Amino acid sequence: MPQSLAQKIIARASGRSHVAVGDVVTARVDLAMIHDSGGPRRVEPILKRLGVGLHDKDKVVLVSDHYVPGDTEEGAAILQLTRRWAAEKGVTFYDGEGICHVVLPERGHLKPGMFVVGGDSHSPTGGAFGAYMFGIGATEMAGVLATGEIWIKVPETIRIEWSGTLGPRLMAKDMLLAMCGRLGMDGGRYQAIEYAGDTVRGLGMQERMTLSNMAAELGAQAGLIAPDQTTMAWLAEHGATDLPDPAHWQPDIDAVPDELHRFDAETLVPQVAAPHSPANSAPIDAYEPTDIDVAYIGACTGAKYADLKAAAEIIRGRTLAKGVELLVAPSSKRDQDRAADEGIMKVLEDAGAKVLPNACGICAGYGSARLGEDVTCISTTARNFRGRMGAHSSKVYLGSPYTVAASALAGRIVDPRDIGA
Amino acid sequence: MVFPSHRAFVLGDDIDTDALAPGQYMGGGIEALAAHCLEAVDPDFASSVQPGDIVVAGKNFGMGSSREQAAQALRHLGIGAVVARSFAGIFYRNAINLGLPVFVSAGDTSMLRPGDPVEIDIDGAALVTQTGRIALEPLPDFLLDMIADGGLVPHLEKRFAASASPKETAT
Repeated sequence: MPQSLAQKIIARASGRSHVAVGDVVTARVDLAMIHDSGGPRRVEPILKRLGVGLHDKDKVVLVSDHYVPGDTEEGAAILQLTRRWAAEKGVTFYDGEGICHVVLPERGHLKPGMFVVGGDSHSPTGGAFGAYMFGIGATEMAGVLATGEIWIKVPETIRIEWSGTLGPRLMAKDMLLAMCGRLGMDGGRYQAIEYAGDTVRGLGMQERMTLSNMAAELGAQAGLIAPDQTTMAWLAEHGATDLPDPAHWQPDIDAVPDELHRFDAETLVPQVAAPHSPANSAPIDAYEPTDIDVAYIGACTGAKYADLKAAAEIIRGRTLAKGVELLVAPSSKRDQDRAADEGIMKVLEDAGAKVLPNACGICAGYGSARLGEDVTCISTTARNFRGRMGAHSSKVYLGSPYTVAASALAGRIVDPRDIGA
Repeated sequence: MVFPSHRAFVLGDDIDTDALAPGQYMGGGIEALAAHCLEAVDPDFASSVQPGDIVVAGKNFGMGSSREQAAQALRHLGIGAVVARSFAGIFYRNAINLGLPVFVSAGDTSMLRPGDPVEIDIDGAALVTQTGRIALEPLPDFLLDMIADGGLVPHLEKRFAASASPKETAT
Protein backbone atom coordinates (compact mmCIF):
# COMPACT_ATOMS: atom_id res chain seq x y z
CA MET A 1 0.00 0.00 0.00
CA PRO A 2 1.63 3.31 -1.09
CA GLN A 3 2.20 5.69 1.80
CA SER A 4 2.18 9.48 2.01
CA LEU A 5 5.01 11.19 3.90
CA ALA A 6 2.62 11.80 6.81
CA GLN A 7 1.72 8.10 6.89
CA LYS A 8 5.38 7.03 6.82
CA ILE A 9 6.29 9.25 9.77
CA ILE A 10 3.23 8.28 11.82
CA ALA A 11 3.76 4.59 11.04
CA ARG A 12 7.36 4.78 12.26
CA ALA A 13 6.36 6.73 15.40
CA SER A 14 3.59 4.26 16.23
CA GLY A 15 5.79 1.21 15.65
CA ARG A 16 3.92 -0.09 12.61
CA SER A 17 5.00 -0.98 9.11
CA HIS A 18 2.21 1.14 7.65
CA VAL A 19 -0.92 3.02 8.66
CA ALA A 20 -4.12 3.82 6.76
CA VAL A 21 -5.85 7.19 6.58
CA GLY A 22 -8.39 7.38 9.41
CA ASP A 23 -6.58 4.92 11.70
CA VAL A 24 -6.35 6.19 15.27
CA VAL A 25 -2.96 5.25 16.67
CA THR A 26 -0.81 6.05 19.67
CA ALA A 27 2.53 7.50 18.62
CA ARG A 28 5.80 7.99 20.53
CA VAL A 29 6.80 11.64 20.50
CA ASP A 30 10.40 12.32 19.40
CA LEU A 31 10.42 15.89 20.70
CA ALA A 32 8.07 18.18 22.61
CA MET A 33 8.49 21.93 22.23
CA ILE A 34 7.00 24.25 24.85
CA HIS A 35 7.10 27.99 25.50
CA ASP A 36 6.68 30.32 28.45
CA SER A 37 2.98 31.02 27.89
CA GLY A 38 1.59 27.51 27.46
CA GLY A 39 4.55 25.68 29.02
CA PRO A 40 5.73 25.37 32.63
CA ARG A 41 3.09 27.60 34.21
CA ARG A 42 0.35 25.48 32.65
CA VAL A 43 1.83 21.97 32.55
CA GLU A 44 3.52 21.82 35.96
CA PRO A 45 0.28 21.96 38.00
CA ILE A 46 -1.01 19.04 35.92
CA LEU A 47 2.19 16.99 36.34
CA LYS A 48 1.96 17.65 40.09
CA ARG A 49 -1.66 16.53 40.16
CA LEU A 50 -0.68 13.36 38.30
CA GLY A 51 2.23 12.90 40.67
CA VAL A 52 4.73 12.30 37.87
CA GLY A 53 7.77 14.00 36.40
CA LEU A 54 8.93 14.27 32.81
CA HIS A 55 8.82 11.01 30.89
CA ASP A 56 12.09 11.96 29.14
CA LYS A 57 13.68 15.34 29.79
CA ASP A 58 15.97 14.93 26.77
CA LYS A 59 12.94 15.04 24.47
CA VAL A 60 11.78 18.44 25.70
CA VAL A 61 12.89 21.86 24.44
CA LEU A 62 11.66 25.00 26.21
CA VAL A 63 11.78 28.48 24.64
CA SER A 64 10.79 31.78 26.26
CA ASP A 65 9.23 34.01 23.61
CA HIS A 66 5.73 35.15 24.61
CA TYR A 67 6.40 37.21 27.77
CA VAL A 68 9.89 38.33 26.70
CA PRO A 69 11.21 40.88 27.62
CA GLY A 70 9.20 40.61 30.84
CA ASP A 71 8.58 44.34 31.14
CA THR A 72 5.35 43.90 33.06
CA GLU A 73 4.99 42.52 36.56
CA GLU A 74 2.91 39.64 35.27
CA GLY A 75 5.31 38.85 32.40
CA ALA A 76 8.36 39.00 34.67
CA ALA A 77 6.75 36.57 37.11
CA ILE A 78 5.89 34.14 34.31
CA LEU A 79 9.46 34.28 32.98
CA GLN A 80 10.82 33.73 36.48
CA LEU A 81 8.66 30.63 36.89
CA THR A 82 9.76 29.42 33.44
CA ARG A 83 13.47 29.79 34.30
CA ARG A 84 13.11 28.00 37.64
CA TRP A 85 11.26 25.12 36.02
CA ALA A 86 13.92 24.78 33.30
CA ALA A 87 16.70 24.60 35.88
CA GLU A 88 14.81 22.18 38.09
CA LYS A 89 13.90 19.80 35.26
CA GLY A 90 17.17 20.09 33.37
CA VAL A 91 15.56 20.55 29.97
CA THR A 92 17.17 22.35 27.03
CA PHE A 93 16.11 26.00 27.42
CA TYR A 94 16.52 28.95 25.06
CA ASP A 95 15.78 32.10 27.03
CA GLY A 96 15.08 35.27 25.04
CA GLU A 97 16.87 33.84 21.99
CA GLY A 98 13.87 34.23 19.72
CA ILE A 99 10.57 32.64 18.74
CA CYS A 100 10.33 28.88 19.29
CA HIS A 101 9.46 27.97 15.68
CA VAL A 102 12.61 29.66 14.43
CA VAL A 103 14.93 28.78 17.33
CA LEU A 104 14.29 25.02 17.18
CA PRO A 105 15.50 24.43 13.63
CA GLU A 106 18.32 26.99 13.83
CA ARG A 107 19.72 24.97 16.76
CA GLY A 108 19.47 21.69 14.85
CA HIS A 109 16.58 20.13 16.81
CA LEU A 110 14.39 19.15 13.84
CA LYS A 111 15.16 16.46 11.28
CA PRO A 112 13.28 14.64 8.53
CA GLY A 113 11.08 11.80 9.76
CA MET A 114 10.69 13.10 13.31
CA PHE A 115 7.28 13.09 15.03
CA VAL A 116 7.11 16.32 17.05
CA VAL A 117 4.48 18.22 19.04
CA GLY A 118 4.61 21.89 19.96
CA GLY A 119 2.59 23.86 22.48
CA ASP A 120 1.78 26.51 19.90
CA SER A 121 -0.46 26.70 16.85
CA HIS A 122 2.33 27.60 14.44
CA SER A 123 4.10 24.32 15.18
CA PRO A 124 3.49 23.09 11.60
CA THR A 125 6.57 25.24 10.79
CA GLY A 126 8.65 22.14 11.54
CA GLY A 127 7.12 20.49 8.47
CA ALA A 128 9.54 22.51 6.32
CA PHE A 129 12.23 20.10 7.55
CA GLY A 130 10.26 16.97 6.75
CA ALA A 131 9.18 16.48 10.37
CA TYR A 132 5.54 15.72 11.24
CA MET A 133 5.04 18.58 13.70
CA PHE A 134 1.74 19.89 14.99
CA GLY A 135 0.36 22.14 17.71
CA ILE A 136 -1.40 20.99 20.87
CA GLY A 137 -2.77 22.72 23.97
CA ALA A 138 -1.22 22.74 27.42
CA THR A 139 -3.28 19.93 28.96
CA GLU A 140 -2.48 17.63 26.08
CA MET A 141 1.17 18.72 26.34
CA ALA A 142 1.18 17.73 30.00
CA GLY A 143 -0.06 14.32 28.90
CA VAL A 144 2.81 14.06 26.40
CA LEU A 145 5.38 15.17 28.97
CA ALA A 146 4.06 12.58 31.42
CA THR A 147 3.66 9.64 29.05
CA GLY A 148 5.86 10.37 26.00
CA GLU A 149 2.99 9.57 23.67
CA ILE A 150 -0.12 10.99 22.04
CA TRP A 151 -3.07 9.71 20.00
CA ILE A 152 -3.40 10.80 16.41
CA LYS A 153 -5.88 10.11 13.63
CA VAL A 154 -3.86 9.40 10.49
CA PRO A 155 -4.62 12.38 8.23
CA GLU A 156 -5.48 12.56 4.59
CA THR A 157 -2.89 14.29 2.42
CA ILE A 158 -3.79 17.49 0.61
CA ARG A 159 -1.04 18.05 -1.94
CA ILE A 160 -0.52 21.64 -3.07
CA GLU A 161 1.68 21.85 -6.14
CA TRP A 162 3.30 25.08 -7.24
CA SER A 163 4.94 25.36 -10.63
CA GLY A 164 7.08 28.07 -12.19
CA THR A 165 9.42 30.72 -10.86
CA LEU A 166 8.29 33.52 -8.54
CA GLY A 167 8.64 36.98 -10.09
CA PRO A 168 10.65 39.78 -8.50
CA ARG A 169 9.46 41.08 -5.10
CA LEU A 170 7.37 37.98 -4.51
CA MET A 171 7.82 35.66 -1.56
CA ALA A 172 6.44 32.53 0.09
CA LYS A 173 4.10 34.85 2.02
CA ASP A 174 2.37 35.85 -1.23
CA MET A 175 2.02 32.17 -2.14
CA LEU A 176 0.46 31.43 1.21
CA LEU A 177 -1.97 34.35 1.12
CA ALA A 178 -3.04 33.24 -2.38
CA MET A 179 -3.69 29.75 -0.98
CA CYS A 180 -5.67 31.19 1.96
CA GLY A 181 -7.70 33.27 -0.46
CA ARG A 182 -8.57 30.29 -2.64
CA LEU A 183 -8.87 27.48 -0.09
CA GLY A 184 -10.03 29.42 3.01
CA MET A 185 -9.01 29.00 6.63
CA ASP A 186 -10.67 25.60 6.82
CA GLY A 187 -9.32 24.37 3.49
CA GLY A 188 -6.82 22.16 5.32
CA ARG A 189 -9.61 20.36 7.26
CA TYR A 190 -7.06 19.46 9.97
CA GLN A 191 -5.41 17.04 7.51
CA ALA A 192 -1.78 17.06 6.35
CA ILE A 193 -0.79 19.49 3.63
CA GLU A 194 2.16 18.50 1.48
CA TYR A 195 3.70 21.40 -0.46
CA ALA A 196 5.34 20.24 -3.66
CA GLY A 197 6.42 21.31 -7.13
CA ASP A 198 9.42 23.05 -8.64
CA THR A 199 8.55 26.43 -7.08
CA VAL A 200 8.71 24.94 -3.59
CA ARG A 201 11.94 23.05 -4.34
CA GLY A 202 13.43 26.36 -5.52
CA LEU A 203 12.78 28.09 -2.18
CA GLY A 204 15.37 28.46 0.58
CA MET A 205 14.64 26.93 3.99
CA GLN A 206 13.35 30.11 5.65
CA GLU A 207 10.91 30.67 2.82
CA ARG A 208 9.79 27.05 3.11
CA MET A 209 9.28 27.68 6.82
CA THR A 210 6.83 30.48 5.97
CA LEU A 211 4.80 28.02 3.87
CA SER A 212 4.75 25.36 6.59
CA ASN A 213 4.12 27.95 9.33
CA MET A 214 0.93 29.19 7.73
CA ALA A 215 -0.40 25.68 7.13
CA ALA A 216 -2.00 26.67 10.45
CA GLU A 217 -3.96 29.44 8.71
CA LEU A 218 -5.05 26.92 6.08
CA GLY A 219 -6.51 24.86 8.92
CA ALA A 220 -4.19 21.89 8.41
CA GLN A 221 -2.66 19.80 11.20
CA ALA A 222 0.74 19.74 9.48
CA GLY A 223 2.42 21.40 6.49
CA LEU A 224 5.04 19.03 5.12
CA ILE A 225 7.77 19.57 2.56
CA ALA A 226 9.72 16.45 1.61
CA PRO A 227 13.42 16.89 2.36
CA ASP A 228 15.93 17.45 -0.45
CA GLN A 229 19.54 18.62 -0.75
CA THR A 230 18.55 22.16 0.28
CA THR A 231 17.11 20.74 3.51
CA MET A 232 20.06 18.51 4.27
CA ALA A 233 22.64 21.23 3.58
CA TRP A 234 20.80 23.68 5.85
CA LEU A 235 20.52 21.11 8.67
CA ALA A 236 24.21 20.26 8.48
CA GLU A 237 25.06 23.98 8.66
CA HIS A 238 22.85 24.38 11.71
CA GLY A 239 24.38 21.66 13.81
CA ALA A 240 21.91 18.83 13.27
CA THR A 241 23.65 15.48 13.70
CA ASP A 242 22.82 11.87 12.75
CA LEU A 243 21.03 13.08 9.66
CA PRO A 244 18.81 10.48 7.98
CA ASP A 245 18.90 9.66 4.28
CA PRO A 246 16.36 12.08 2.75
CA ALA A 247 15.38 9.36 0.24
CA HIS A 248 13.81 7.53 3.19
CA TRP A 249 11.39 10.38 3.92
CA GLN A 250 9.66 10.93 0.58
CA PRO A 251 6.04 10.12 -0.22
CA ASP A 252 5.79 6.91 -2.24
CA ILE A 253 5.82 7.75 -5.92
CA ASP A 254 2.48 6.00 -6.42
CA ALA A 255 0.84 7.52 -3.33
CA VAL A 256 -2.25 9.35 -4.53
CA PRO A 257 -3.11 12.46 -2.49
CA ASP A 258 -6.68 12.70 -1.22
CA GLU A 259 -6.90 16.20 -2.64
CA LEU A 260 -4.69 18.03 -5.14
CA HIS A 261 -4.51 21.78 -5.75
CA ARG A 262 -2.32 23.39 -8.39
CA PHE A 263 -1.02 26.95 -8.31
CA ASP A 264 1.00 28.88 -10.86
CA ALA A 265 3.90 30.95 -9.51
CA GLU A 266 4.46 32.65 -12.87
CA THR A 267 1.18 34.56 -12.73
CA LEU A 268 1.26 35.31 -8.99
CA VAL A 269 1.22 39.00 -7.99
CA PRO A 270 1.74 40.40 -4.46
CA GLN A 271 -1.15 39.44 -2.19
CA VAL A 272 -2.69 41.33 0.73
CA ALA A 273 -5.23 40.01 3.25
CA ALA A 274 -7.81 42.55 4.40
CA PRO A 275 -9.12 42.71 7.99
CA HIS A 276 -10.05 40.47 9.75
CA SER A 277 -9.01 37.18 8.17
CA PRO A 278 -6.08 35.78 6.19
CA ALA A 279 -8.73 34.28 3.92
CA ASN A 280 -9.62 37.84 2.78
CA SER A 281 -6.61 37.72 0.49
CA ALA A 282 -6.58 39.30 -2.95
CA PRO A 283 -4.08 40.72 -5.43
CA ILE A 284 -2.64 43.96 -4.06
CA ASP A 285 -4.27 46.26 -6.60
CA ALA A 286 -7.58 45.62 -4.87
CA TYR A 287 -6.41 47.73 -1.92
CA GLU A 288 -4.88 50.90 -3.21
CA PRO A 289 -5.24 53.44 -1.80
CA THR A 290 -5.42 52.32 1.84
CA ASP A 291 -3.56 54.60 4.27
CA ILE A 292 -1.60 52.96 7.06
CA ASP A 293 -0.31 54.15 10.46
CA VAL A 294 1.91 51.23 11.46
CA ALA A 295 4.04 48.78 9.47
CA TYR A 296 4.95 45.69 11.50
CA ILE A 297 7.72 43.28 10.53
CA GLY A 298 7.65 40.58 13.13
CA ALA A 299 6.72 37.09 14.32
CA CYS A 300 7.81 33.58 13.36
CA THR A 301 6.00 34.09 10.06
CA GLY A 302 7.55 37.32 8.90
CA ALA A 303 10.78 38.49 10.55
CA LYS A 304 13.30 35.76 9.87
CA TYR A 305 16.64 36.70 8.29
CA ALA A 306 15.22 36.26 4.77
CA ASP A 307 12.29 38.55 5.66
CA LEU A 308 14.52 41.27 7.17
CA LYS A 309 16.72 41.11 4.08
CA ALA A 310 13.73 41.55 1.77
CA ALA A 311 12.47 44.55 3.77
CA ALA A 312 15.92 46.18 3.71
CA GLU A 313 16.13 45.72 -0.06
CA ILE A 314 13.10 48.01 -0.39
CA ILE A 315 13.99 50.48 2.36
CA ARG A 316 17.70 50.98 1.62
CA GLY A 317 18.43 54.69 1.09
CA ARG A 318 14.78 55.71 1.52
CA THR A 319 12.77 57.30 4.31
CA LEU A 320 9.49 56.35 5.91
CA ALA A 321 6.33 58.23 5.06
CA LYS A 322 5.57 61.01 7.52
CA GLY A 323 3.64 59.75 10.53
CA VAL A 324 4.18 56.07 9.77
CA GLU A 325 5.71 53.93 12.48
CA LEU A 326 7.85 50.95 11.37
CA LEU A 327 8.24 48.28 14.04
CA VAL A 328 10.70 45.42 13.55
CA ALA A 329 10.80 42.43 15.91
CA PRO A 330 13.35 39.98 14.42
CA SER A 331 12.26 36.35 14.87
CA SER A 332 15.47 35.26 16.54
CA LYS A 333 18.63 36.71 18.02
CA ARG A 334 20.75 34.74 15.54
CA ASP A 335 18.79 36.06 12.58
CA GLN A 336 19.04 39.59 13.98
CA ASP A 337 22.80 39.20 14.52
CA ARG A 338 23.28 37.94 10.98
CA ALA A 339 21.17 40.82 9.64
CA ALA A 340 23.25 43.24 11.72
CA ASP A 341 26.51 41.78 10.40
CA GLU A 342 25.32 42.30 6.86
CA GLY A 343 24.19 45.89 7.47
CA ILE A 344 20.50 44.99 7.15
CA MET A 345 19.54 46.15 10.64
CA LYS A 346 21.32 49.47 10.05
CA VAL A 347 19.32 50.07 6.86
CA LEU A 348 16.10 49.53 8.78
CA GLU A 349 17.17 51.61 11.78
CA ASP A 350 18.52 54.46 9.65
CA ALA A 351 15.12 54.69 8.01
CA GLY A 352 13.57 55.13 11.47
CA ALA A 353 12.50 51.59 12.35
CA LYS A 354 11.95 50.86 16.01
CA VAL A 355 13.54 47.49 16.85
CA LEU A 356 11.62 45.37 19.34
CA PRO A 357 12.70 42.24 21.30
CA ASN A 358 13.12 38.81 19.63
CA ALA A 359 9.70 37.71 20.78
CA CYS A 360 6.13 37.08 19.65
CA GLY A 361 5.19 40.60 20.74
CA ILE A 362 2.03 42.18 19.43
CA CYS A 363 1.44 39.43 16.88
CA ALA A 364 0.27 37.30 19.80
CA GLY A 365 -1.42 40.24 21.53
CA TYR A 366 1.38 40.70 24.06
CA GLY A 367 3.59 43.66 24.91
CA SER A 368 3.35 47.41 25.13
CA ALA A 369 3.42 48.05 21.36
CA ARG A 370 -0.18 46.82 20.94
CA LEU A 371 -2.12 48.76 18.32
CA GLY A 372 -4.23 51.66 19.60
CA GLU A 373 -7.81 52.66 18.75
CA ASP A 374 -8.54 53.03 15.03
CA VAL A 375 -4.93 52.30 14.04
CA THR A 376 -4.45 50.75 10.60
CA CYS A 377 -1.48 48.40 10.35
CA ILE A 378 0.08 46.34 7.58
CA SER A 379 1.95 43.37 8.95
CA THR A 380 4.18 40.46 7.90
CA THR A 381 2.51 38.25 10.51
CA ALA A 382 0.12 35.33 9.99
CA ARG A 383 -3.19 36.46 11.50
CA ASN A 384 -5.29 39.59 11.38
CA PHE A 385 -8.25 38.59 13.52
CA ARG A 386 -10.17 41.47 15.07
CA GLY A 387 -8.49 42.72 18.24
CA ARG A 388 -5.64 40.18 18.13
CA MET A 389 -2.86 42.76 17.77
CA GLY A 390 -4.47 45.56 19.72
CA ALA A 391 -7.64 47.63 20.08
CA HIS A 392 -10.95 46.23 18.85
CA SER A 393 -11.14 49.14 16.40
CA SER A 394 -7.66 48.57 14.95
CA LYS A 395 -7.35 47.08 11.48
CA VAL A 396 -4.60 44.77 10.28
CA TYR A 397 -3.70 43.98 6.68
CA LEU A 398 -1.29 41.13 5.96
CA GLY A 399 1.41 41.20 3.30
CA SER A 400 4.93 40.06 2.50
CA PRO A 401 7.98 41.82 3.97
CA TYR A 402 8.46 43.49 0.55
CA THR A 403 4.89 44.78 0.59
CA VAL A 404 5.00 45.92 4.22
CA ALA A 405 8.30 47.76 3.68
CA ALA A 406 7.04 49.43 0.49
CA SER A 407 3.85 50.48 2.27
CA ALA A 408 5.87 51.97 5.14
CA LEU A 409 7.67 54.19 2.62
CA ALA A 410 4.47 55.27 0.88
CA GLY A 411 2.20 55.60 3.93
CA ARG A 412 -0.37 53.49 2.15
CA ILE A 413 -0.60 49.96 0.78
CA VAL A 414 1.47 49.86 -2.40
CA ASP A 415 2.84 47.24 -4.77
CA PRO A 416 6.52 46.63 -3.90
CA ARG A 417 7.27 46.08 -7.60
CA ASP A 418 6.64 49.82 -8.09
CA ILE A 419 9.62 50.72 -5.85
CA GLY A 420 12.81 51.02 -7.94
CA ALA A 421 15.68 48.58 -7.47
CA MET B 1 -35.71 10.25 26.75
CA VAL B 2 -34.02 13.62 26.39
CA PHE B 3 -35.97 16.88 26.63
CA PRO B 4 -34.66 20.21 25.39
CA SER B 5 -34.20 22.28 28.52
CA HIS B 6 -31.15 24.43 27.90
CA ARG B 7 -30.71 27.42 25.61
CA ALA B 8 -28.88 27.61 22.31
CA PHE B 9 -26.33 30.36 21.77
CA VAL B 10 -26.19 30.63 18.00
CA LEU B 11 -22.93 31.86 16.45
CA GLY B 12 -21.62 32.11 12.90
CA ASP B 13 -18.59 30.71 11.07
CA ASP B 14 -14.89 31.10 11.98
CA ILE B 15 -15.23 31.96 15.69
CA ASP B 16 -11.55 32.38 16.58
CA THR B 17 -9.54 31.76 19.73
CA ASP B 18 -8.79 35.48 20.11
CA ALA B 19 -12.53 36.03 20.47
CA LEU B 20 -12.87 33.10 22.90
CA ALA B 21 -9.76 33.99 24.96
CA PRO B 22 -8.52 37.53 24.15
CA GLY B 23 -4.70 37.86 24.30
CA GLN B 24 -4.66 40.84 26.67
CA TYR B 25 -6.43 38.88 29.42
CA MET B 26 -4.27 35.77 29.04
CA GLY B 27 -1.92 36.63 31.89
CA GLY B 28 -4.63 36.46 34.54
CA GLY B 29 -6.74 33.61 35.81
CA ILE B 30 -9.51 31.79 33.96
CA GLU B 31 -12.18 33.73 35.91
CA ALA B 32 -11.05 37.07 34.50
CA LEU B 33 -10.50 35.64 31.05
CA ALA B 34 -13.90 33.95 30.89
CA ALA B 35 -15.58 37.27 31.68
CA HIS B 36 -14.32 38.50 28.29
CA CYS B 37 -15.07 35.30 26.39
CA LEU B 38 -16.66 36.09 23.01
CA GLU B 39 -17.12 39.78 23.84
CA ALA B 40 -15.85 40.68 20.35
CA VAL B 41 -18.80 38.73 18.93
CA ASP B 42 -21.47 39.24 21.59
CA PRO B 43 -20.65 41.67 24.45
CA ASP B 44 -23.33 40.06 26.67
CA PHE B 45 -22.26 36.44 26.15
CA ALA B 46 -20.35 35.86 29.40
CA SER B 47 -22.89 37.67 31.57
CA SER B 48 -25.97 35.99 30.12
CA VAL B 49 -24.88 32.39 29.63
CA GLN B 50 -26.36 29.80 32.02
CA PRO B 51 -24.80 26.46 33.00
CA GLY B 52 -25.74 23.77 30.51
CA ASP B 53 -26.40 26.18 27.65
CA ILE B 54 -25.21 24.93 24.29
CA VAL B 55 -23.20 26.85 21.72
CA VAL B 56 -24.34 26.12 18.17
CA ALA B 57 -21.93 27.50 15.59
CA GLY B 58 -20.99 27.33 11.94
CA LYS B 59 -17.77 26.24 10.26
CA ASN B 60 -14.24 26.17 11.70
CA PHE B 61 -15.15 26.92 15.32
CA GLY B 62 -12.09 27.68 17.48
CA MET B 63 -9.71 28.55 14.67
CA GLY B 64 -6.48 30.34 15.48
CA SER B 65 -4.12 29.76 18.34
CA SER B 66 -3.48 26.63 20.41
CA ARG B 67 -4.43 28.41 23.65
CA GLU B 68 -6.71 25.98 25.43
CA GLN B 69 -8.13 28.77 27.54
CA ALA B 70 -10.45 29.15 24.54
CA ALA B 71 -12.11 25.86 25.50
CA GLN B 72 -11.49 26.36 29.22
CA ALA B 73 -13.34 29.71 29.22
CA LEU B 74 -16.43 28.06 27.72
CA ARG B 75 -16.26 25.26 30.25
CA HIS B 76 -15.75 27.77 33.07
CA LEU B 77 -18.91 29.56 32.00
CA GLY B 78 -20.73 26.23 32.23
CA ILE B 79 -21.32 25.65 28.53
CA GLY B 80 -22.72 22.10 28.23
CA ALA B 81 -21.47 21.42 24.72
CA VAL B 82 -20.45 23.04 21.48
CA VAL B 83 -22.09 21.88 18.27
CA ALA B 84 -20.55 23.17 15.03
CA ARG B 85 -20.49 22.39 11.32
CA SER B 86 -16.74 21.89 11.73
CA PHE B 87 -14.01 22.62 14.28
CA ALA B 88 -10.44 23.82 14.04
CA GLY B 89 -8.33 20.79 14.94
CA ILE B 90 -6.38 22.06 17.93
CA PHE B 91 -9.47 23.54 19.57
CA TYR B 92 -11.28 20.24 19.04
CA ARG B 93 -8.51 18.27 20.76
CA ASN B 94 -8.24 20.84 23.56
CA ALA B 95 -11.98 20.75 24.23
CA ILE B 96 -12.01 16.97 24.63
CA ASN B 97 -8.88 17.11 26.78
CA LEU B 98 -10.68 19.56 29.09
CA GLY B 99 -13.89 17.55 29.18
CA LEU B 100 -15.92 20.01 27.10
CA PRO B 101 -18.17 17.97 24.80
CA VAL B 102 -17.79 19.00 21.15
CA PHE B 103 -19.90 17.62 18.34
CA VAL B 104 -19.80 18.05 14.58
CA SER B 105 -23.35 18.48 13.31
CA ALA B 106 -24.15 16.13 10.46
CA GLY B 107 -27.46 17.92 9.80
CA ASP B 108 -28.57 21.49 9.18
CA THR B 109 -28.68 23.73 12.28
CA SER B 110 -29.55 26.95 10.47
CA MET B 111 -33.15 26.97 11.67
CA LEU B 112 -32.05 27.38 15.29
CA ARG B 113 -32.57 30.82 16.80
CA PRO B 114 -30.76 32.30 19.81
CA GLY B 115 -32.43 31.11 22.99
CA ASP B 116 -34.19 28.10 21.45
CA PRO B 117 -34.43 25.18 23.90
CA VAL B 118 -31.98 22.40 23.00
CA GLU B 119 -30.32 19.34 24.54
CA ILE B 120 -27.59 16.87 23.57
CA ASP B 121 -28.46 13.18 23.39
CA ILE B 122 -24.97 11.68 23.61
CA ASP B 123 -26.03 8.05 23.26
CA GLY B 124 -28.23 8.84 20.30
CA ALA B 125 -25.69 11.25 18.79
CA ALA B 126 -28.24 14.01 18.23
CA LEU B 127 -29.01 17.61 19.08
CA VAL B 128 -32.57 17.58 20.35
CA THR B 129 -34.68 20.64 19.59
CA GLN B 130 -38.36 21.37 20.20
CA THR B 131 -39.17 20.41 16.64
CA GLY B 132 -36.94 17.40 16.11
CA ARG B 133 -33.48 15.88 16.19
CA ILE B 134 -30.36 17.02 14.33
CA ALA B 135 -27.84 14.23 13.76
CA LEU B 136 -24.36 14.64 15.24
CA GLU B 137 -21.26 12.76 14.11
CA PRO B 138 -20.67 10.12 16.79
CA LEU B 139 -17.39 10.32 18.76
CA PRO B 140 -15.13 7.25 19.08
CA ASP B 141 -15.62 5.45 22.39
CA PHE B 142 -12.20 6.31 23.80
CA LEU B 143 -12.92 10.03 23.37
CA LEU B 144 -16.36 9.66 24.99
CA ASP B 145 -14.61 7.88 27.87
CA MET B 146 -12.17 10.77 28.22
CA ILE B 147 -15.00 13.32 28.25
CA ALA B 148 -16.94 11.19 30.74
CA ASP B 149 -13.87 11.11 33.00
CA GLY B 150 -13.83 14.92 32.87
CA GLY B 151 -10.97 15.26 30.40
CA LEU B 152 -7.43 14.02 29.84
CA VAL B 153 -6.05 14.77 33.32
CA PRO B 154 -8.63 12.80 35.31
CA HIS B 155 -8.37 10.12 32.60
CA LEU B 156 -4.58 9.89 33.11
CA GLU B 157 -5.03 9.99 36.89
CA LYS B 158 -7.10 6.83 36.58
CA ARG B 159 -4.44 5.27 34.32
CA PHE B 160 -1.52 6.11 36.59
CA ALA B 161 -3.50 4.94 39.63
CA ALA B 162 -4.30 1.66 37.85
CA SER B 163 -0.65 1.08 36.90
CA ALA B 164 0.52 1.94 40.44
CA SER B 165 -1.99 -0.23 42.32
CA PRO B 166 -0.62 -3.73 41.44
CA LYS B 167 2.72 -2.75 43.01
CA GLU B 168 0.93 -1.66 46.18
CA THR B 169 -0.96 -4.92 46.44
CA ALA B 170 2.26 -6.87 45.89
CA THR B 171 4.01 -5.32 48.90
